[in-house]
Amino acid sequence: MDLARTEVEPREPREPREFREFRKPRVPRAPRTGNAARLGLMAVPVAFFGLFFAYPVAAITARGLRADGVWRFGRIWDVLAQPDIRHVLWFTTWQALASTALTLLIALPGAYVFARFDFRGKQLLRAVVTVPFVLPTVVVGTAFLALLGRGGLLDELWGVRLDTTVWAILLAHVFFNYAVVVRTVGGLWSQLDPRQEEAARMLGASRFAAWRTVTLPALGPAVAAAALMVFLFTFTSFGVVQILGGPTFSTLEVEIYRQTSEIFDLSTAAVLTIIQFAAVGAVLAVHAWTVRRRETALRLVDAATTARPPRGAGQWTLLAAVLATIAVLLVLPPAVLVQRSLDTPGPGIGLGYYEALTSDEGGLFLVPPIDAVGNSLRYALAATALALLIGALAAAALARRDAGRLVRGFDALLMLPLGVSAVTVGFGFLVALDEPPLDLRSSWILVPLAQALVGVPFVVRTMLPVLRAVDGRLREAAAVLGASPWRVWREVDLPMVRRALLIAAGFAFAVSLGEFGATVFIARPDNPTLPVAVARLLGRAGELNYGQAMALSTILMAVCAVALLVLEHLRTGLRTGLRADPRTGLRPDRTGEF
Amino acid sequence: MLKLEGVTVRFGGRAVLDGVGLDVAEHEVVCVLGPSGSGKSTLLRTVAGLQHPDGGRVFLDGRDLGGVPAHRRGVGLMFQDHQLFPQRDVAGNVAFGLRMHGDPKRQQAARVDELLELVGLPDSHRRAVASLSGGEQQRVALARALAPRPRLLMLDEPLGQLDRSLRERLVVELRVLFGELGTTVLAVTHDQGEAFALADRVVVMRDGRIAQSGTPREVWQRPADAFVARFLGFENVSGATVSGEAADTPWGRVPVPAGTQQGEVTLLVRPAGVRLVPAARGLRCTVAARTFRGTHVAVQLQPGGAPRLEAACALRDAPEPGEEVGVAFDAAEIVVLAGGGAV
Repeated sequence: MDLARTEVEPREPREPREFREFRKPRVPRAPRTGNAARLGLMAVPVAFFGLFFAYPVAAITARGLRADGVWRFGRIWDVLAQPDIRHVLWFTTWQALASTALTLLIALPGAYVFARFDFRGKQLLRAVVTVPFVLPTVVVGTAFLALLGRGGLLDELWGVRLDTTVWAILLAHVFFNYAVVVRTVGGLWSQLDPRQEEAARMLGASRFAAWRTVTLPALGPAVAAAALMVFLFTFTSFGVVQILGGPTFSTLEVEIYRQTSEIFDLSTAAVLTIIQFAAVGAVLAVHAWTVRRRETALRLVDAATTARPPRGAGQWTLLAAVLATIAVLLVLPPAVLVQRSLDTPGPGIGLGYYEALTSDEGGLFLVPPIDAVGNSLRYALAATALALLIGALAAAALARRDAGRLVRGFDALLMLPLGVSAVTVGFGFLVALDEPPLDLRSSWILVPLAQALVGVPFVVRTMLPVLRAVDGRLREAAAVLGASPWRVWREVDLPMVRRALLIAAGFAFAVSLGEFGATVFIARPDNPTLPVAVARLLGRAGELNYGQAMALSTILMAVCAVALLVLEHLRTGLRTGLRADPRTGLRPDRTGEF
Repeated sequence: MLKLEGVTVRFGGRAVLDGVGLDVAEHEVVCVLGPSGSGKSTLLRTVAGLQHPDGGRVFLDGRDLGGVPAHRRGVGLMFQDHQLFPQRDVAGNVAFGLRMHGDPKRQQAARVDELLELVGLPDSHRRAVASLSGGEQQRVALARALAPRPRLLMLDEPLGQLDRSLRERLVVELRVLFGELGTTVLAVTHDQGEAFALADRVVVMRDGRIAQSGTPREVWQRPADAFVARFLGFENVSGATVSGEAADTPWGRVPVPAGTQQGEVTLLVRPAGVRLVPAARGLRCTVAARTFRGTHVAVQLQPGGAPRLEAACALRDAPEPGEEVGVAFDAAEIVVLAGGGAV
């Protein structure tokens, strides 16, 4: 997730105070047409979120809490009084806290190594570390099942199984979020001027004291932001827990799914949705608060100048330890997944499971499972187009320098779909969008709509820093030369954000491809997506189904990995034309990182 | 040609432009001079249509520009740091305005050739903007602004980012160029040298108001008030009481030109009017500091119980710091400032 990263970036170039005051008169005031233009830009995103997010969620909540035309808020207390629900709440919270702590513990040394050490293959390793983040939760669950589960690698080698313990969930969460910490914290760390620490050393601070008094306070907000994001993702974890949790462990999101689709207890599900909504809202509020607190000026330098080759036994040991962690924790699970998918019955490896995907004899679906690949790609492309349109409009409105409070509030609201139960959204689609004028229940567009909801925040977060960094005076220069507002956008903004647009598209594509919670409800049986097909195969007994799940996951993983590697490639050229920070000469070339 | 009437712009509660009235005649080169934050750039932005005035009106060729968006005003603006489009080459930048006006391709190409020739950068069409030096960027920015033949060309600190020698050369070139083209120009700068060298008329701004307007010579010789005098670098400004052909000042009795206004005034003594004489024969001062200024030496003199005086001395006559000297005043270099007794 790039939320945290982009906000650690200077959101607008920082200037020394006197310079800022000196320039104040040049900041354009809201022209009279500003409001109309902004409202026009906002109209489509607002309508989209109102219709396909707020309305379904409200409808499903109302259905759960209203009976005979009367609101029954008392249900909330009834539900909270149930011991098993309390158990779910407790488990959701503590596993999220534990996952966050464990991720920080394991990933912070990695952040340091990526920030301060220069070594061969660093670029490649950075991409490798990032791949897990865009992997679908279903793939991650399957990979850890292949590693830690029954008949998994550890089971075969030493007879150890972890899939019945909470460790499988925690490790999968670390796998997922390692990149969030490395890129959020490491990204800032690499831009902190090492001379600040040197200055402290010259004033008599020990190496550790210098780190503690100079670097740590500067990093603190980034660490907090990363921790909050990890907490948010793990608190709402669905696919991973669904696959690895078994009957014992259940997060709120899994419980909402169980209550809706298995027990058909809508009112309990509605209460749980509200609880999750409140919790996520609180976390996002804290996040917004830390962002504001982070706006203290830091002395940032070009990241390329701060990394050095490791020196001495201590630094080499650290590098080796981090590399080993990455190998075991991030590379091994997908590798085992690939190996399992090829590990057909009989001698040696083979493509038997992949071949089985092309037949519809399993009877599990109405179509051969391989059709899910085509479905997923089609859906994801449509979802990407939608997310780009909505996200780009929202980003354009938010990037205006005269954006008021209301618009800024919308900024935060755009993040909500990441935290609101995807299961609720999916089920809400079924409940709310089934009657005229909006009868979409049988329409294929339903799946892309739900997936686009998750994609939009990524698009906004990727585009916003770049749009904000486009120097406003370039636009003015174009206007004075006779370009109308639309021409200005086409001639000045578009060439500069084209690359960011592509990156945003990649993100939206990857998350759409992996979306599971909502899709599982609304994908029709004859048109399953890849994650849905994997989950359904895993739900069946038998070696063939297991093998096919592994094979299908491998395909999904490959598609996502390719998308990400293209992104990493694009990212390297994001520099030209963006306004450099007048003080540091830095351009926001790392925008869109986590 | 350009006419501003009571133009007011407020940021928050502060008036950045406070009822500014200004006329620029056809073919005139007017330079607005003022310190940072005096509202000069806002003035240009208001004329360009990039800033909506909170009050007052702007006319171009007699037409009220209120409600006309920036891209339809037909004025050119050269930005302080040029703002060349980084993803276009030199020719792409110069042709931008022509494209926006829908000129035919061939005409565009001819005009680009013509302008690059004019600014002394022929054959650099395909060069990347990033590869240009500061001076070259400035020329390209000028060519770009001139290309669509704007009725009025505005320059925001046109030479501000260049080094001194380049600046001095370019200012002369610009002056010649504007003369040849007959362009109407409104420029702003904080550099008085630049303003005096470039302009037919200088307008000094202070806190959003116009403090003085006149030819460079008028402004230099007769600053309107203490603010303008100090902004131009004159330090010897003081309140004084004139009676007859002398004035009472903190520096004692000082001769003034014949016909000077009587009573309470503000007096400027140019450094050239502070003559050094033997210590016994004038106002007794200690030399506090001296600064080498190339053609002369600026000497800071500390009289007993009065504000410091600055004197301009020939290089070989300059006394050493700490020396005791006497000061006499030259009536020809003494100016009574308008605006009464306020200092």
